[in-house]
Formats: sequence, C-alpha cells, structure tokens
Amino acid sequence: MTVVVVGAGLAGLRAAEAVRGHGLAVTVLGDERHLPYNRPPLSKAALRESATAADLAFRIRRDDLGWRLGQPVVGLDLYRREVLLADDTVPFDALIIATGIRPRVLPVPGPPPMVLRTVEDAEALRRALTPGRRLLIIGAGFIGCEVAATARAMGCAVTVCAADAEPMIRPLGEHLGAGLRRRHEQAGVEFHLGVGVSGYEPSGVTLSDGRTLTADVILSAVGSVPNTQWCAGNGLDLVDGVLTDNRLCAVRTTAAGEEGAEAPVLAVGDIARFPNPLFDEVPRRIEHWSMPTDTGRRAGAVIAALLAGQSPALDFRPLPSFWSDQYDATLQSFGMPALGVPTLASGSWDGDCIVEYHRDDVLVGVVGVNRTRELATYRPRIGSVSDASQPAAD
Amino acid sequence: MKIIVDLDKCQNYGQCTFEAPTVFALDNDGVLVYQTEADSALADDVNAAADVCPMQAITIIHD
Repeated sequence: MTVVVVGAGLAGLRAAEAVRGHGLAVTVLGDERHLPYNRPPLSKAALRESATAADLAFRIRRDDLGWRLGQPVVGLDLYRREVLLADDTVPFDALIIATGIRPRVLPVPGPPPMVLRTVEDAEALRRALTPGRRLLIIGAGFIGCEVAATARAMGCAVTVCAADAEPMIRPLGEHLGAGLRRRHEQAGVEFHLGVGVSGYEPSGVTLSDGRTLTADVILSAVGSVPNTQWCAGNGLDLVDGVLTDNRLCAVRTTAAGEEGAEAPVLAVGDIARFPNPLFDEVPRRIEHWSMPTDTGRRAGAVIAALLAGQSPALDFRPLPSFWSDQYDATLQSFGMPALGVPTLASGSWDGDCIVEYHRDDVLVGVVGVNRTRELATYRPRIGSVSDASQPAAD
Repeated sequence: MKIIVDLDKCQNYGQCTFEAPTVFALDNDGVLVYQTEADSALADDVNAAADVCPMQAITIIHD
C-alpha cells in the first residue's frame, strides 16, 4: 500500500507523518525544491533579515518519508490511480491532496507587481525594501498588514490601498479593523480604502476612481486561489478548493463503481473544504495556520482506518486559530470570528482588548490583542454544542 | 527527554500549553515558563506541542 501526498507544505508534512505513523509507506511530491518550511515569518522576521528555506524548515519527525521535490504535478488520473508529473507518473493506493494556495492575481493591465508566497518571494521583496523606498501594498489582509508593519520598521514609506473598508475586516469586523488601521496610521502608514486598482504602471498604480499612487515597490496581497487545477476532470468538486466530507474524503460528483473510485482521496490544509460540526454543517476552507496540522493528523487516521476496512468516526471538529504580529500588537484568534457579530468584552477597540463574536447565542470566535493568557480561557466555550472542549481529537 | 525553547523566537502564543499543559505554561504576565526535562511518557504531548508552535521555537532531545 502506497499513500501519495501531493504538496510539500505544512499540511503535506503533517499528513505524511501521520500516515507513516500508522505503518503505511508514503511519498510526498512538492513543486518547490525545498523541504517544508514555515511561511508566516516571510512577512515578518524573514523579511527584516535574510532567511533561507533551511532556516525556516519544519522539524520533521520521521526520516522514513519519501520525498520528490521540485517536481510540479500536472495532472491526476483517479481511474488509473496515478498522479502525473511532467515526465513521469506516480501510482498510489490512496491520495492526499495538499497543494495549498497561490496568490490571487488581479485582472489588471500593466507590469505585474510582486507577490509574497515563497521564500524566494520574501528574499526579492527584502532586497527591494531598502530604507527610504516607497512601498505600495495592494490589499489589507494578513499579509498586507504584516508587511506594512515590517516595512515601516525597515525604514520604508508605506501606502496601503484596498477594496475593503478596513484592514482585516473579514476576520475581525469593522471596529477592530478600524482600531488596527489607527495603529498603522500612528506608525505612519497611509491608507486608501474602498478603492480598486485599474492599472499597474512602472512607477505606481492607477486606482478605480482615477487617482494615481506612485511607489518604488508594489506588492499585491489580495488573497489567494486554491491550487486544484491539476485535479480537474476526475469528478471532484473543485468549485472552491476540494469539497470533502467530515472525514476529509473528497466528495465525488460522478457515480462510483469504477475501479479508481475505490481509492481513498482526501484533502488537507488550506484547500480542504469540509464541514466542521463545532460550528455547523456548512463546508468551508480555512486558511489559518492551525488547520494543516489538524487536518493532516486527521487524514492519516482516516486513511489508516479506510485501508483497514473500518469506518472513521464523523467527529472531526478542529478549533481554528490564527495569530498576527503588527508593531507591538499580537493578535490572536480562536474559532471563526467571521461567522459572528463582534462585541467588545474588555479593553478598547484601539488598544489591547478582547472581542467576542456571537452567532445567535453561540460564541463562535474570540480575538484578543495582547491578551494571550486571558484569551486561552475562552477556548472551551467556543462552538455550537457541549462537547467543544476537545478540538482536533483524532 | 530534554526540552529547549529558543526564547528569541518564542512570541508567547501559548499554543504549546494546550498540547502539553504539564510541561508548558504562561505565567501571570503571559510569558512562557516550561520544564527543561520531561518524562518520556509525555513524548506524544511534547512532540505535539513542538508541532503547533507557530514560531517553531521548541527543540526536543530524546534521551
């Protein structure tokens, strides 16, 4: 029995470790030539000071995982149970899809701006951000905000333009987003919000309202797109990532019965769109750092059970969490604040605080600014049902 | 086993305290405190704590 993991990021690594831990042989295919490395530092410490993929490499628990790196996957044939490389095929008995996401590119004419996804992207951006240079960031999400804070510390002039009304408004809500914006403004960052980009110029951008912004360096950080194109044509639901059930098994849109349809196919990490009964039955993708580890472990247990002819329990209810460091603010979140209505629980919107997010009467998320220890006490209370104290059990 | 935390990397996120609460904790100021030695019976928990550290600041040396 051979399990093939496509994608050598954190989710692929944790899935491979879990699969191997259940006694199954596993091979990991990766398009980057590096072993799995940690990406959050790319917008922070690894932007301030040069870092290699080796510097950022994850600790790998096992030395008996098979790796094929620097080999982009170009296709999938579920009927033949083969993953297609440019000049080779890799057979599998079970497949784990862990190809993650890539930066979204705006359909805008002109020379394309920089993006930040890989360690090479970070190194190129770091070299460009010499003191006094003017950086324009398109997008006010996690990466845009973190790079803004880091670039200010590096002595760059920073402007942020975004279609959203406030920074990080989707995960945090309007009030906390506005508080975050004021932190950035106090640090000297200039914002142009609620406006789109209609053209890239060699020395700036044209905005949708006709204004132009000039800059020496332009970074596009406008969200991400799941890397699922290589899975097309196999009857999987790829509308937004890979649709799975609570076991993380891919939902097939074509009738089973063919030989290949029996092979377990799972998705993990940023691209797995699965229902989490901690909140409801709606399948969602969650691009938070905690999900690759939780889904990777789960996938290992599910594949081991399926290959042994057992039925995995439908009890996967991981508690999502994220962190972000900007200036002296450490933001930390548990749950899915985007599902709820924010209420200030303590502190102030502009300073250190705890914000609760409720949907109906249920606490669905909590965000703290510099309140890590206090925030931890909220964890067991998050979720729709009583047994919410055991996230990510498998 | 021995446990080493790179305190230059550690940002006191406290994720480790959920995986191995008998080894890692945050003090009243929210700063990490931890045991530098742990019984091998806790290996699974301590390994899980090292996995979930966002800064990857935890090193484990097995005896």
